[in-house]
Amino acid sequence: MASPIIRIDNIVKRYGPLTVLDGLSIKVMPGEKLALIGPSGSGKTTILRILMTLETISGGHIEVDGEQLYHMRKGADLISADERHLHRMRKKIGMVFQHFNLFPHKCVLDNITLAPMLTQGAGRADAEKRAMELLDMVGMADKAKAVPAQLSGGQKQRVAIARALALSPKIMLFDEVTSALDPELVEEVLNVMRRLAAETDMTMLLVTHEMGFAHDFADRVLFFDRGKIVEEGRPEEIFRNPKQERTQGFLRKIIAAGHRV
Amino acid sequence: MSVWSGYLTLILEGALVTLKLTVMGSALALVMAFLAGLGRLSRFFAVRALATTYIEFFRGTSIFVQLFWVYFVLPFAGITLTPLQAGVLALGLNVGAYGAEVVRGAVKAVGRQQTEACVALNLSRYQRMRHVILPQALPLMLPTFCNNAIELLKGTAVVSLISLTDLTFQAQVVRAQTGNTLIPFTTILFLYFVMAWAISTAMRWLERRMTRGLDGVRT
Repeated sequence: MASPIIRIDNIVKRYGPLTVLDGLSIKVMPGEKLALIGPSGSGKTTILRILMTLETISGGHIEVDGEQLYHMRKGADLISADERHLHRMRKKIGMVFQHFNLFPHKCVLDNITLAPMLTQGAGRADAEKRAMELLDMVGMADKAKAVPAQLSGGQKQRVAIARALALSPKIMLFDEVTSALDPELVEEVLNVMRRLAAETDMTMLLVTHEMGFAHDFADRVLFFDRGKIVEEGRPEEIFRNPKQERTQGFLRKIIAAGHRV
Repeated sequence: MSVWSGYLTLILEGALVTLKLTVMGSALALVMAFLAGLGRLSRFFAVRALATTYIEFFRGTSIFVQLFWVYFVLPFAGITLTPLQAGVLALGLNVGAYGAEVVRGAVKAVGRQQTEACVALNLSRYQRMRHVILPQALPLMLPTFCNNAIELLKGTAVVSLISLTDLTFQAQVVRAQTGNTLIPFTTILFLYFVMAWAISTAMRWLERRMTRGLDGVRT
């Protein structure tokens, strides 16, 4: 049996006196599609941010692709990772944000080619060729020369997905990628992700409030509340037959709010 | 009339000195603004402390005193500067301190989300600043830099006090020699205005150029 590509081991995250994650452990297998659901403030986004090294951890260990994320070996000791170690580890991981975070001063094509050219030493011609392939995949090839301000939210998010993919990460993190979109634009982004899931064997972690999508997309669903995993299992189990009362209550509220399951 | 043309030449020579001071002072101010402004955002405490000390000191003391200090006190430490060097140094350091806060404010205004996108794309700290943050921060700095440059231009008048023959100094010479106040001082009033107007026109042009593409089409 293959070993996990992500091994989160007993991590703790505190903001001052507030403990957001308290001794959380998760294992993710290579190629697995994981959906993290739960109420706001339950810590699910924090996990993605920690994996992307946008936050630090207050305790515990994380292993990504066989290596410590926040620690490195020095002789027999495990010490805090330095910037170089983090730089190496970030190559394995890509992230798509709720608010896209495209670079407004660069056209779509340059948004995508910037990182491969700067961090992977790609030549402009190669980087642009690859960028056009990715734009084609997300259905945005005709907007290559547009700037972000000219795009709709759904288009921006598709570009942001292409931008993250350009670095060929092994793991992709999607942080509420449709939450900032008008309802009629959600589907175009979800379609891109479905295609991505079908065509690649990337490991994907998805924080979402789109329960229907989580149901179809994920191999496994984790329900979070107050920094802990309350319930986990296959989407059918979690959505059709939740065992925990808190999961049932959360799903009821979501359905009442008009999200389809 | 020929007498007045001689005096006009004198004043125009003064204008050239003022222009030199403004250009060189602005260049130094710009360098200092970026050094101290980015220094205040450094990860390292010592760098932040140094930048903050510089900014607070030069904003908190008078340009007049700074100039006298540079010109009359530094020689005691064995550093003797020409009036022009002293003027450029005092003006550049003084205005640079104000500019530093402009740089810091503009960089911070670009926002965390852009930095986070850079981290997710694995750009180094330098690459983030160079390719993502500063290109967006520069257009935000320009209007205030324009103010600072005009302030610096007008501030150059204090160098007449250390016998540098700038516009104001020459006007006083003409006044002393002719006994006429109206003509020399009206002339330099006009010349200062023309120079300030040239600065703001140039800055507006630069601003238009830099913001192009931020919200329009790029070809």
